[in-house]
Amino acid sequence: MSSHRKLQYSLAINEALHQMMAADPSVFLIGQGTKSPWYVGNTAQGLLERFGASRVIDTPVSENAMTGAAVGAAIAGMRPVVVHPRMDFMFYAFDPIVNEAANWYYMNGGKASVPVVFWGIINRGGEQAAQHSQALHATFAHIPGLKVVMPSTPYDAKGLMIAAIKDPNPVVFIDDRLLYRVEDVVPEEIYELEIGKGVIRREGKDVTLAAVSFMAHESVKAADELAAQGIDVEVIDLRSVKPIDAALIVKSVMKTGRLVVADGGWKSFGLSAEVAAIASEQAFAFLKAPVKRLALPDCPAPASSVLEDAYYIKVNDIVKTVQKVFGR
Amino acid sequence: MKYPLLLLETLYRTMVRIRLCEESFVEPILSRDVLCPCHLYSGEEAVATGICASLTARDYVFGNHRSHGHYLAKGGSLAGLVAEIYCRETGCSRGRGGSMHIVDMDCGMLGAAPIVSGTISLALGAALAASIRKEDRVAVTFFGDGATGEGVLYESLNFAALMKLPMVFVCENNFYATHMPIRDCRVSSSIYKIAAPFGVESREVDGNDILQVYEAGWEAIDKCRKGEGPVFLECLTYRFRGHVGPDDNIQGSHTDIRPQEEVERWFQNDPIKKFENYLVSQNLISELAMDSIRKDVEKEVADAHRFAKSSPSPDSKEVMNYVFA
Repeated sequence: MSSHRKLQYSLAINEALHQMMAADPSVFLIGQGTKSPWYVGNTAQGLLERFGASRVIDTPVSENAMTGAAVGAAIAGMRPVVVHPRMDFMFYAFDPIVNEAANWYYMNGGKASVPVVFWGIINRGGEQAAQHSQALHATFAHIPGLKVVMPSTPYDAKGLMIAAIKDPNPVVFIDDRLLYRVEDVVPEEIYELEIGKGVIRREGKDVTLAAVSFMAHESVKAADELAAQGIDVEVIDLRSVKPIDAALIVKSVMKTGRLVVADGGWKSFGLSAEVAAIASEQAFAFLKAPVKRLALPDCPAPASSVLEDAYYIKVNDIVKTVQKVFGR
Repeated sequence: MKYPLLLLETLYRTMVRIRLCEESFVEPILSRDVLCPCHLYSGEEAVATGICASLTARDYVFGNHRSHGHYLAKGGSLAGLVAEIYCRETGCSRGRGGSMHIVDMDCGMLGAAPIVSGTISLALGAALAASIRKEDRVAVTFFGDGATGEGVLYESLNFAALMKLPMVFVCENNFYATHMPIRDCRVSSSIYKIAAPFGVESREVDGNDILQVYEAGWEAIDKCRKGEGPVFLECLTYRFRGHVGPDDNIQGSHTDIRPQEEVERWFQNDPIKKFENYLVSQNLISELAMDSIRKDVEKEVADAHRFAKSSPSPDSKEVMNYVFA
């Protein structure tokens, strides 16, 4: 019974926070909107009532100082989760995240680690335009000293949140609000997923399709459509952007000889470029066709829903791209 | 008479334009003809109107997420605003920005952005530009009480004071930073006091009293023009609608934030009704004349909606227009 218990993606995060805060008094949640479903959906429900305002802290709009405070608390022995309900606002917090947290362990010769989770939520669509829609995983992944995870399922969301909290180093945990209602089986106990390990969502022999977060769902849908057309697609959900599971990508490309990457971030210098480079460097001899990248155009998010429709990647775009790579 | 009739009429018309324009979005938002998030300015009209009345098209304004009022008060095209909120090609930002990114360079409305405090330092830069070029221009930044949580406000106050920049900081204190009442954000609710340690002159203003805002704004802007800036004004006001969209955020409703009695109390303090009462009681503008202004504006707003709805959406093939890198 319990092994088949289903949970919403957002509630899987909520359960991870409940269990980790109960298990470890050094864990606390800080950020804007921790007590408002406006901001964090139901990911924080029940936490304030259970753990009190000293460990569930709704803050003024002060991203730089609040994130810095989380970093400092981590250096001083706590395990903070700092939430940015719109990750666009994390740019205000880049100094504590990048200059301080990411570098701290190295520049202090391994004397002090920073066990902090930077939790950022993507909120795209809805004509919200350029400052309320950004997916910044590649920006963070570029920084040495930051791990970046992007779970796509409720099971992964709970397991990676727990892993991020337990990790002795800074982890950027990025979720997409479009995933919050996805429901699936989630174990009730505390478990963690290894950061840096991807998973094959669908086995196939013709084309490897690599994606992460929301695009992993769209990729599985595309693969189902392509199966009906006789193209057998292997879908890799990377789960972690950094470290990236290069071995999984390479192994799959060695089998299929073809690679398509679908990413909800921008194209240039992004995740899709990184995956393509891994295939080129480590599996070049196996490639039967050039790697194709599907990513957001190098363009700020537009407001108009007509432009949004042209801007974001849809299942059909993935289907067409895979067909091309397969020579259809 | 203390104020020229033309000024009083202009102030009244501007407030009515903002109110009727804002309220005209309620229905299209509910029917989902308007999709983009709109942070309505209803209830706060006296602030933008009173401040911008002393600015010329040469002066600069930067706004925030709730800036329809700043844009209109500064002289931005109403039709361009409405079309932008429908995300049409004819909108002031050509449908690329929506409600939170509105601009009219011709009248000195240099832009708006929803990153909290995000444009304060931009106004600082506009004031710096005026100062470097020795031009008679003043830069105004409008921001909310929530913005006082961001460090960039304090950095900007210091630098503006250091360089004696022609800049007016206008804090629109509506007592709520989205879901957070001000008492949960700050120990002291008197925001204007933050300016003093930086050597910036500041005062608290009744932001629902148009003439008080006008006086304070005129004085502040005049000081800036004389090289005696910057100035900080805290305008106490209240939003009649909720943080975003038409919902009023009353406690017990699903957004559950503001006490019903508090909202009622502020409705009694409606800046437009207050001004109307003053104008009538002083025999300055007749009810008939005010009615005629309202009718003019109603038509202008209705025309703007027709214009917007009959305007094309941006062409999806042009999604990369205005991208340069």
